[in-house]
Amino acid sequence: MLDLIKGPILTFQEFVLLAGRSIRGIFRKPYYWPDVFTQMDLIGIGSLPVVLLTGFFSGAVMALQMSRALQTYGATSQIGQIVAITLVREMGPVLTALMVAGRNSSGMASELGSMKVTEQIDAMRALGTDPVMKLVKPRLIATATMLPLLTILADFVGIFGGWIVACPLLGLTSDAQYWNNSWRSLEYNDITQGLLKPFVFAVVLSLVGCFYGMRTTGGTQGVGLATTQAVVVASVWVVVLTFLIGRIFVSM
Amino acid sequence: MAGTQDRSILAFDEVTVRFDGRAVLDRVSFELHRGESLVLVGEAGSGKTVLLKSALGLIKADGGRIYLFGEDVTKAAEQQWYGLRARMGVLFQEGGLFDSLSIEDNVAYPLLNQASLRCPEEELARRVEQSLEFVELGHTLEKFPSELSGGMRRRVGIARAIVTEPDLLLYDSPTAGLDPITAATIMALIIKGRDVRRATTVIVTHRYQDGEMLTRYRHDASLGHVVPAAANGSGPRTHYVALREGRIVFDGSQSEMEAAADEYVANFVRRPG
Repeated sequence: MLDLIKGPILTFQEFVLLAGRSIRGIFRKPYYWPDVFTQMDLIGIGSLPVVLLTGFFSGAVMALQMSRALQTYGATSQIGQIVAITLVREMGPVLTALMVAGRNSSGMASELGSMKVTEQIDAMRALGTDPVMKLVKPRLIATATMLPLLTILADFVGIFGGWIVACPLLGLTSDAQYWNNSWRSLEYNDITQGLLKPFVFAVVLSLVGCFYGMRTTGGTQGVGLATTQAVVVASVWVVVLTFLIGRIFVSM
Repeated sequence: MAGTQDRSILAFDEVTVRFDGRAVLDRVSFELHRGESLVLVGEAGSGKTVLLKSALGLIKADGGRIYLFGEDVTKAAEQQWYGLRARMGVLFQEGGLFDSLSIEDNVAYPLLNQASLRCPEEELARRVEQSLEFVELGHTLEKFPSELSGGMRRRVGIARAIVTEPDLLLYDSPTAGLDPITAATIMALIIKGRDVRRATTVIVTHRYQDGEMLTRYRHDASLGHVVPAAANGSGPRTHYVALREGRIVFDGSQSEMEAAADEYVANFVRRPG
């Protein structure tokens, strides 16, 4: 029994150590700014199409599915409120994070994993560079900057997608009422939650991707395994963390 | 061994390294002085690469002591290692060239990133070119590693290892997977690297011929290529270490190795056919 849990606990300990070194590293020199901007481009601009599409259709689908229930109670005018709150508090951050996990955590794991198995990470250390500062820190800074921004965009296009379905398509409510309801229903608590979540997710997504990449062994097969593990673990963490953060905010 | 480490470039004293409780290096001891060469032979998985990485501080020893340039570095912190590694050049088994950087940037990497070596911009280009010329690849500056053949990538690796003019050069299987002609070219470059600067050299290899070439040839600066060394053995001292399951089973000269009765050691000397 002890042997069974020893492995995961050791892995978690290694992850915490890497996380500690990376977060501490943010406040220390050297800074590899060109690497940070490259990663920002990869994560931010690179993920934009998929994040916008996901955001738009999640808002649209939500309006579509909720329309029947709201019609039952004659509350179709509230559609804007439902779409906005659900998107800003939950769906926007989670779906954006899942897209970035699939796209970038996997990318980080496979890139760093390939570097590990071809001894590029050893070479980096041998040639005077700390891989945590050069590889992990830029990815952490870039993800923590870009994911909240992507989430804001996903939220907005989601609400827009909801409007397309609710107003021009189904005529559930008037344009003014939809936008007014969406805007007025959002409280500071929702916005804080909606921005805190992507920030926390970003830290976890980037660190999980880098962690599995940096501990890759076993050649190209190992790279594939590391990539899969990174996506699975990052996605699971996203859904667990969204519950935990949501729980804290709900009780506030 | 105590007392002599202060004069040695690299010394292992009863060094043990364990992976998952299994000893991959088991009480390994040897000593290497300035200008000497060490040829490390052993079957796959015998601990040769682990030994090399321990000497570089990339793997921490679980027991024993490691001395580098006369200093006990067994418990050295990573920051201290960066300073020590600036005096070492290394060619990794997998090459270790950065895919995303051009050949020029790969070779310039240690000069730009080793805090103690940082050289001025105008000198940087000259040293990189000089180093690539040394391995006869001066025309590849703008290329990327993926555009070069396996042998050329090894040569770039050698250029990167020697660009800092290190005191200690470590080569991990420099000829593995190469055809005999390219392998001989690589070995000639290693001999050149050793003789031009009298650098201390450690070479890990499966091929006995590599060690033999290192012992029997020297670089002639006037002719610009390697020539057979004088029979009186006036060349730099080369000694051989054979590893088996993490333990040293042989430590001696080439002639002692050729006369070894141990079947495992004799296997490395024996030629096919």
